[in-house]
Amino acid sequence: MKSLNALASAVAAAAFVASTAPLSADVLFWSTQARPVEEAQAMREQVLSGFEGGVDYQPNEDGPWLTRLNAELEAGSGSIDVLGALHGNFSAMNPDALTDLGDLGVASSSETFNGLAKLGTETLQYVPWMQASYIMAASKEALEYLPEGADINALTYDQLIAWAKNVHDETGDAKFGFPAGPKGLKHRFFQGYLYPSYTNGVVRTFASDEAVVAWEKFRELWQHTNPASTNFSFMQEQLLNGDAWIVFDHTSRLAQAFNERPDDFVAFPAPAGPTGRGFMPVLAGLAIPSTAPDPEAAKALVAYMLKPETQIATLRATNFFPVVNVDLPDDLPPSVKASGAAVAKMSASPDANPGLLPAGLGDKGGDFNRVFVDSFERIILGGQDIRRVLDDQKGRLAAIMEETGAPCWAPDAPSDGACPVE
Amino acid sequence: MNARLLPYVLILPVTLFLCLFFLYPFVLVAAQAFGGADGLSLDNFRDVVSYWKFPISLKNTMLLAALVVPVQLALALLMATMVNRMKKGRDLVLYIWTIPLGISDLAAGIIWLAIFEQSGFLNSMMTGLGLADGPVNFLSYQNPGMVFLAIALAEIWRATAIMLVILVAGIGLIPKEYYEAAEVFGASPWQRFLRVTLPMLRPSLQTALILRVVLAFEVFAVVAALGGTVMPVLMGEIYAYQFDLQNGGAAAAMALIVLGISIVFTVIILRVLRVPKGATI
Repeated sequence: MKSLNALASAVAAAAFVASTAPLSADVLFWSTQARPVEEAQAMREQVLSGFEGGVDYQPNEDGPWLTRLNAELEAGSGSIDVLGALHGNFSAMNPDALTDLGDLGVASSSETFNGLAKLGTETLQYVPWMQASYIMAASKEALEYLPEGADINALTYDQLIAWAKNVHDETGDAKFGFPAGPKGLKHRFFQGYLYPSYTNGVVRTFASDEAVVAWEKFRELWQHTNPASTNFSFMQEQLLNGDAWIVFDHTSRLAQAFNERPDDFVAFPAPAGPTGRGFMPVLAGLAIPSTAPDPEAAKALVAYMLKPETQIATLRATNFFPVVNVDLPDDLPPSVKASGAAVAKMSASPDANPGLLPAGLGDKGGDFNRVFVDSFERIILGGQDIRRVLDDQKGRLAAIMEETGAPCWAPDAPSDGACPVE
Repeated sequence: MNARLLPYVLILPVTLFLCLFFLYPFVLVAAQAFGGADGLSLDNFRDVVSYWKFPISLKNTMLLAALVVPVQLALALLMATMVNRMKKGRDLVLYIWTIPLGISDLAAGIIWLAIFEQSGFLNSMMTGLGLADGPVNFLSYQNPGMVFLAIALAEIWRATAIMLVILVAGIGLIPKEYYEAAEVFGASPWQRFLRVTLPMLRPSLQTALILRVVLAFEVFAVVAALGGTVMPVLMGEIYAYQFDLQNGGAAAAMALIVLGISIVFTVIILRVLRVPKGATI
């Protein structure tokens, strides 16, 4: 028994030493972005290597990312110094868990983004880090089927449907591709593209007659959509293997296609509907949890990430665009050139109808997305009656808005108090 | 050491381990599931059960288990009897048959996805042999039956071995004398299987079935890889509640529902396959 005791105390001592000895003095950067191995490696080698003091960059899926963060917050002490995540991840958190960053002296050059980053408080809770958007991309093989008179840079939804139909009729295969897989970002298409383009709103107009038209149009487009779309999550894969010729997705989920075969694909703006060309930005931010072990180093890293050189390096590494004013160099990767041009054309188009990211939903962001995903699954996959589904889902949407009290965001008209579902 | 205390000392580590990593989290999960805005409530359960996908995912999970487990049981019995008769190469065959066990279930799902995909192996083979004009899309929302079959096939391939291993061990324990006696009385091989092997295998069958049925209710990664959003199952819904909706209460409630179903089936299997008291092999 004595030797057992000795052994136990030796083990305990070893464990104690291991837990207190600093494994490294690096700043721990805990991120949901730049997850693919190549991107993570590029972040480490090209973006973060210039930071004095060293950074331990750890990208993770949203689930594990949040689980560890919450564990550290609940324990009241942690090892994460800097958080990198999407606006939606931060808006689901309690602002008290994040260090106020208003006095840091860095922010994005967009007041809209800075406003979102306050998370409903008086001061910046995270610093906007990088931005992206959703665009369309097509294989050059598809271009010959463009309907007559259609300008690829100013398509309407009707022309997009006609185009997809032409391809379907001529080749015998449905070649429109839509990221409807489990990890696909389909909800953003409905919230930021389809609804604004047809109803000039998202929440107020959720169950309007215009919304019924929008879903009818989408159902029409779905006739010419590759039915395997329910397994597609990163449309660059289907562009590259030819399963889809015309696709919609996040710029960074199309990048690989442009970088591998830049001459085979084109990027172009999202189509327009009766109420304009709806589109939505994607915003990622940097924050410091209240439990950060070294807040000074963390702040230095956040400031470093906002420097113009770092922002350009980040663009090369992740295909996310800078949030501060920078002069873009000429030697950018093909994907950045292609998607940058498409986003610029989209926002500069005369009928542009930019939407904002859902704001003020707190931890109900997932439930909000589910309303749209469920509508899609019931209307398009389940073939249920559009009016009935919308009236049914409307109740859930209204409940979410009332519970969170979130006011309307563009393109919905402003509201006093919670955004009403009309 | 006191001989009377020894057994308790020996099971102490396992007990501590289970208390710390099973009982304690279980209590936390239960508290989360029954917790509401004001004390105890069934709100979480009401929420998840009234969600339109709940009956669909429950049905899918049950159907999958009902199809997969009997097929696996039959296959595992067949394979176990075959292995038992082998004189040479028994170990080699067992190793090969149990390879799928060593593969994570997501990897197994991806392997089968590579086969059934539109540009996958099955399609290339069929086009190559001239059986199909162009690639056929097997895994689309239009043929849920095919998606279901593909998932069932992947599950059978992946997890039959776990039953096989248990049954092989069980068959090895049956004394040869019973077979010899049966042969003396002129029992055919089929009769020997029905009258000797099956009854004597009861304890192993019980273990194998409980393990497999419980795992069948937890099917997740294979379904996610092959079915995408087309085939909702209970485990997938739990994941969605926890990570997409960040609604820990609802996820905990769903987890308790799955636990409840597992317990019910475990009790049924224990009753049906119970070994009479005092009977030994």
